[in-house]
Parts: sequence; C-alpha cells; structure tokens
Amino acid sequence: MIEVQNLTRYYGRHAAVAGLSFSIQDREIVGFLGLNGAGKSTTLKILAGLLLPSSGTVHVDGVDVVQAPDSLRAQIGYLPEDAPLYLDMRVRDFVSYVGQLKGMSSAEVDARIDGVLARCGLAERAEQVISELSHGYRKRVGIAQAIIHQPKLVILDEPISGLDPLQIREIREVIVGLKADCTVLISSHILGEISQTCDRILVLKDGKMAAQGTEEELRGSMGEGGQLELSIRGTQEAVVAALKAYPHTSAVTRVRTEDIEGGTIVHCQVALAADEREGLIAAIVGAGLGLRRMDEADSELEAIFVNLTQGKG
Amino acid sequence: MRGLILVAKRELGAYTNTPMGYVILAAFLLLEGLFFNAFAVGASAKASADVLGDFFYFSFGCTVAAALFFSMRLIAEERQTGTMVLLQSSPLANWQVVGGKFLSVIALITVMLLISGYMPAMIFINGKVSLSHIGVGYLGVFLAGATAASIGTFGSTVAKSQLVAVIVSGAITVALLMAWILGRVTDPPVAELWSYLSIYDRHFQSFQKGRINTEDVIFYLSLCFGFLLLSTRVLSARRWK
Repeated sequence: MIEVQNLTRYYGRHAAVAGLSFSIQDREIVGFLGLNGAGKSTTLKILAGLLLPSSGTVHVDGVDVVQAPDSLRAQIGYLPEDAPLYLDMRVRDFVSYVGQLKGMSSAEVDARIDGVLARCGLAERAEQVISELSHGYRKRVGIAQAIIHQPKLVILDEPISGLDPLQIREIREVIVGLKADCTVLISSHILGEISQTCDRILVLKDGKMAAQGTEEELRGSMGEGGQLELSIRGTQEAVVAALKAYPHTSAVTRVRTEDIEGGTIVHCQVALAADEREGLIAAIVGAGLGLRRMDEADSELEAIFVNLTQGKG
Repeated sequence: MRGLILVAKRELGAYTNTPMGYVILAAFLLLEGLFFNAFAVGASAKASADVLGDFFYFSFGCTVAAALFFSMRLIAEERQTGTMVLLQSSPLANWQVVGGKFLSVIALITVMLLISGYMPAMIFINGKVSLSHIGVGYLGVFLAGATAASIGTFGSTVAKSQLVAVIVSGAITVALLMAWILGRVTDPPVAELWSYLSIYDRHFQSFQKGRINTEDVIFYLSLCFGFLLLSTRVLSARRWK
C-alpha cells in the first residue's frame, strides 16, 4: 500500500525527516510514535500530498506522490491535529462539501453520507452548526470528512489529542472500525492509545526510524535482558553513573529519589541488552552502593518509547 | 469547472452564514446612497446626465472599496483558520480555488450593483437619461469592481492575515488610481505607461459618460486575468511548502 524509500525533508537547513524508509500493508493500522519534532507530522503531510519531499520516493498504492499528486489526493483522507472545519457550516453540509471537493458526485455523497455520519456518531448532530459542537464532536466531524470519499488511506494526525477518556474510547472505536475498508496511519502522543489501536508501530527519532514492529517486537528489541526495576541506596549521580558504566545496560529511565533516614534511595528502571543480572548486582555492590530491590518491570509501551527515543540515558 | 463552482458556492455560503457579508454590503450601499444624495443630486440644479455621471463616480469608489473588503478573507482566512488544508489535500487545481473564490466576490458585487439600481432608476424616472447610459456606466463599475476583486484575491493570497491582505490590495489599488499623477510628473515613455495604468482617470471616465471604449474593456479584463494568474502562481508555489 505504502512504500517509502530514503525519504528526506528539509526545513531550511534542518532535516525534519532524514532518510526514512518503511512500507505499510493494505488495511493495516499503523501508529507513528515519537517525541515532538521527531518528524511524524512532516512524514504524514508528505504522505497526504501536502508537502514535497526534499529527496526520496513515496508511493501510495503504486502512485508516486510527486508525479501524480491530484489522483493521489482523491484516494487519501487526511485529518491534521487541528481539525480543519468551516465553523459556520452544518455538519452534514460540511461533510458533503468535502466529499464533493474530493471528486464525489452529489448522488454519491447522498448515498454515503448517512452511513458515515452514523459511523462517526454524528447522526443526531447532522443538522447542527459546527461552531456549536464540543471538541470531541469536532474531531468526529474531522474524521467524517476524512472518510466520506471512501479513501484507500486515512491519515490521522493526533486524532485523540485534547479529548476526555470517554471521547477517546469512542474515537478509538471509530478508528478501529476504519480498518475494514482502508489503511490507517495515526500519530499520537498517547502511547496506550497507539498500543490499543494499532497493528504496528513506527518509532521516529530525529527524523529517522528508531524502531518498527508490533508492541511485542518492540519489547523484544529492548534486549534479551528485559527491563528491571531497581531500588539502590546511594546518591542519584553515583547510582546512575554505576548503572550506565555497566556494559550490558542499554538504558536507565524513570529515575526518582526517596529520602530516608541517613541517606537516599534511588528508584529507577534499567534495560539490559543481555540477561546479565548477576553482573549488574556485582557492579552495583562493587561501586559501594546498596542494592535494596531488583524486580522485573512490566515492559509497557511507555518504557519502550522512552528507551527507543532517548537511547542510553 | 465543477470544483470552481463548489468553491464559489462555499464562499458565498460563508458570506451569508456570517454577518460579515451583510455588514460590508450594507455599509457601502449606505455610503453610496449618502454620496448620491449629498453630492450627485446636490442642492443646485444639474443636468440629469451629469447626476448619473456623478452617481457612477461614487459607485466606482464604493464598489472598488467593497470588492477589496469582500476579497480580503478569501485565502488569508483559510490560512489563518487552518482550513486551507481541505483545499490543498483535495484534487482541485489551484486555478479552480482562485477562480471559485473570485467568482463569489463577483456575485456579491453583482448583488451590490443590483441593489444600488434604485438610484439611477430615480434619475431615469425624474430626469432625461438613456437606459444605454445606465447600462454602460454599470458595465464600467462592474469591470472596475471585478478588477479590484482580482487585486483583493491576490492580496489575500500573498498575505498571512486579512488585515495585511486588505492593506496590500488597497495599496495596489491606490497606486493604480494615482498612476495618472505619476504620468504627469515623469517623462515619456514612462509617463505614458503610468497614465495607461490609471484605472479611473484613463479607463473609467468614458463609461461614466455612457461610452464603451473597447480598449478600456480589454484593460480591465487584462488586469483581472493578470492578478488572478499571479494569485494562482503564488498559491501553487506555496502549496508544497
């Protein structure tokens, strides 16, 4: 469905995306994960035919985004982070207008619009003026405009930002439902959401691919040793220095301190590249620190995300 | 063509769904009526053809100014509110976007001219003017309004905000209105060029007197085409950025 090869995009002299390559299969829901400035939105804009790449190639359903942008745009539904809405229009009129902009005839729009509005939970709001809608309903209208023309690819940039938990759950159901008809790309900062919604995750860091795969595969990429939770008596500087000095440590994260009588306990998580816990214990004790607790941490997506985007640190 | 009509209909909807269109229309019609009553009709006796000529003088100014205000939001507002992405991510050509938006302002100008028709109608009923004089005068005002709309469209395309848009297009329009002054203070052949570019002094006065000059019609149409082409080029250059 999507083939991206060596995609690079400069803003001035800064490379927002640098040599990105990946492929996405038909009817997959893929999540783009990364810190602010990682290149997620830039990549999605290029895929949506809104930005020209500085170099590299992007093919969507066999069509080159640079060579044939118009035919591509008719096949793509795009929702940017801030839903682009004409606030003075009624929901039905707006979605209908966007459908026609995408090349649908009035008859085609009429045949499809009720189903789309119902799918996005907008059936009862169809005649309401968009400016009167809540943030959550505006997001739904944004999704409705992105899918009205039955696109092969739907791109949703931060579709759940600013929503409350109930709205997130409702939007999630809408997004998962899209998989039956099209490929969906999502970028989000809400890691749990990516985990629950997406089949596969692409992690971007500084415009490059830090990792890609399913959540399980990303967990595996953290190393054979997995993630350990440690509580160590000593100063934060000494503990972090000792852990980082250990050769099998791939990352030290979630560092926090707890003051106790006569000293400090440092709590943290350590990702090991190999299952060398005995060596780690020896290294901690050898550094004159007191190991109070060592336990296996749950490798949640957040931990994976921090490790992949911050590296050893 | 379908895309162009779609965009034009949406723009007209934006004017009718919000007070802005009505406010601009009412303000300039009120102004035009006041000028007509105070200066065109005036207190002293005048030939009805002169009254009609004066009406078209004020109608020219009000229509041109209204066209600039109508067109300031066309692209600048889409950019400000982030809705430009809807047009950019659709398979519409840039000329359809520019053309559709321009067409919506033309429709509004037409409505404005139609409503202002009661003034020449009064002159026609109470005085002695020909229908052709009224028709030719309105043709001139319409062409001048369309030219201002194209300049306004260009201003809205290059500016990031509506305020800047109306300032840019206002400055271009004033420059074209005042070009005759430059024509007087510069040497030939530049003087001739400035003089030729004067949208009122050189090209409107014949319409005001009820005469159609083909050169004037071509001049207004050329300016319209030129500014719309420029707008399309600017939009194309910015589409991928």
